[in-house]
Amino acid sequence: MTEAQSNGYKSGSRLERILRDGHFAVTGELGPPQSSNGDVIREKAKILLGYCDAANITDNQTAIVRMSSVGAGTIVVQEGLEPIIQMTCRDRNRLAMQSDLMGAYALGMRNVLCLTGDHQSFGNHPTAKNVHDLDSLQLLQMMVGMRDEKLFQCGDEIKGIEPRFFLGAAANPFGDPFEYRPYRLAKKVEAGADFIQTQLIYNVPRFEEYMEKVHDLGLHEKTYILAGVGPLKSPGMAKYMRDQVPGLDVPDEIVDRMTTATKGIDKEDKKARREAWRSEGIQITIELIQKLRDIEGVCGVHVMAIEWEEAVKPIVEGAGLMPRPEVTALPAASTETGE
Amino acid sequence: MIIAEQKPLDEIKGLIADAENVLVVGCGTCVTVCFAGGEKEAGILATSLRMTSKLDDAPKEVTHTTVQRQCEWEYIDPLADEISAADVVVSIGCGIGVQAIAERFPDAIVVPGLNTTFLGMPTEQGVWEERCAACGECILGLTCGICPIARCAKQLLNGPCGGSQDGICEIDPDTLCAWQLIYDRLKAQDRLHLLTEIQPAKNWSSSRDGGPRRITREDLRLEAEAAE
Repeated sequence: MTEAQSNGYKSGSRLERILRDGHFAVTGELGPPQSSNGDVIREKAKILLGYCDAANITDNQTAIVRMSSVGAGTIVVQEGLEPIIQMTCRDRNRLAMQSDLMGAYALGMRNVLCLTGDHQSFGNHPTAKNVHDLDSLQLLQMMVGMRDEKLFQCGDEIKGIEPRFFLGAAANPFGDPFEYRPYRLAKKVEAGADFIQTQLIYNVPRFEEYMEKVHDLGLHEKTYILAGVGPLKSPGMAKYMRDQVPGLDVPDEIVDRMTTATKGIDKEDKKARREAWRSEGIQITIELIQKLRDIEGVCGVHVMAIEWEEAVKPIVEGAGLMPRPEVTALPAASTETGE
Repeated sequence: MIIAEQKPLDEIKGLIADAENVLVVGCGTCVTVCFAGGEKEAGILATSLRMTSKLDDAPKEVTHTTVQRQCEWEYIDPLADEISAADVVVSIGCGIGVQAIAERFPDAIVVPGLNTTFLGMPTEQGVWEERCAACGECILGLTCGICPIARCAKQLLNGPCGGSQDGICEIDPDTLCAWQLIYDRLKAQDRLHLLTEIQPAKNWSSSRDGGPRRITREDLRLEAEAAE
């Protein structure tokens, strides 16, 4: 029933068609501003357009209040870039998530990434009450139910157009318990994750270890896995991510490369040092993509260049991922829509 | 048991600023065991308030008493005379004790001397930790006796978030990751299959989200009360 209603696609999003056509997908990331300035979104969308197949629109990332992902996503759609709406369980209960996502669908959004959300203690409203009515798996289940069963979470029928999203989830291959991580991924796939975007990967051998288990469980055949990468801006950032961010694994070798990138450059020449670091950060990302691309089951990369959207172009070009492919046109909808 | 800690003295002083006669009421149950509001603490608080009011050149009459349980009428009814003689009652029971006194004595001005913090236990001398969120639908059978509702910062039901590192929760280096504890215990018991099953959306209506809760046991009610 649902297949007929949806032209054979789950949502028919550009991302879904790219992946289904077997192309190596590229997704980017666009962080909305801490203001109501839509021009910031437009400018970032212009930078990313053409260099990624879709861009994640973050949802109060790191628990800092920003323009809503659906609001920003609306502008992104207008700019011709395809958004992946991030939705966290931290700020909304099941009523709010269903209503916001029905609105997002009506506004032309077709991809959703279902997330738990960073704890509010990390953000700028640490005294806030969090929600966590659902967890990310239950959010996935709810959105699958709305799409494939035409049911609200409570079991009531959606009488009318159901929100049909290509549904994603996050995976952190480096969180603990390490041995459990593939099984947690399996649960997300079982809950209905059509695609997975991973946490930032710097330690490729450890990610390969994780992927071996993913292969054993056959998960790479049931979902599209996009490996997360992101350019480092400085040795300080590399060290901070290595030492301070839980769930991130940055090998010393990467930190050393960032540190030695400024060798031979005058310490006072801050501009040249900054450029050298950024150039090395981009080069490391390109090399990581080339290695990750060879791993069986990696269907694309998710390039997280937060507040450095300009880096996406040289990374995607350097990794040989340009031009981005044209997508298969959507077939005409079946007339059996029941509307 | 219910764990509480005393409010800062300045805050309590603010709550009784206008009173001349103050009665501090301790409780002999949970808050005695956690050294927050028992007989000893009632005495110390009364003395502190008396001394500090003298230093502030506004001496107050501060007396204290302690009942076995502030959360039952039969234990607080005998306080009627002492309470009516006081301008303000500082309850150092938990929030239930404060409300029980307020409910039983409509004219009394009752203020809390404690912050009621959580349902938990001492894990070592001088350290108390939360264990139960009183969600009204216990899932400990699925999580090998470790509660993710009370002990996971995000109340996750399907495994750890990405912020679990070396057994520690990302929000606080002193907080253990509940899901690491659950994983380790299920692994040791060879019951990891429990972690592969998806737990569906929780019914929170039995929790505080369903509004103030009430349990009625008809088999225990006295006929006269039941007829009211």
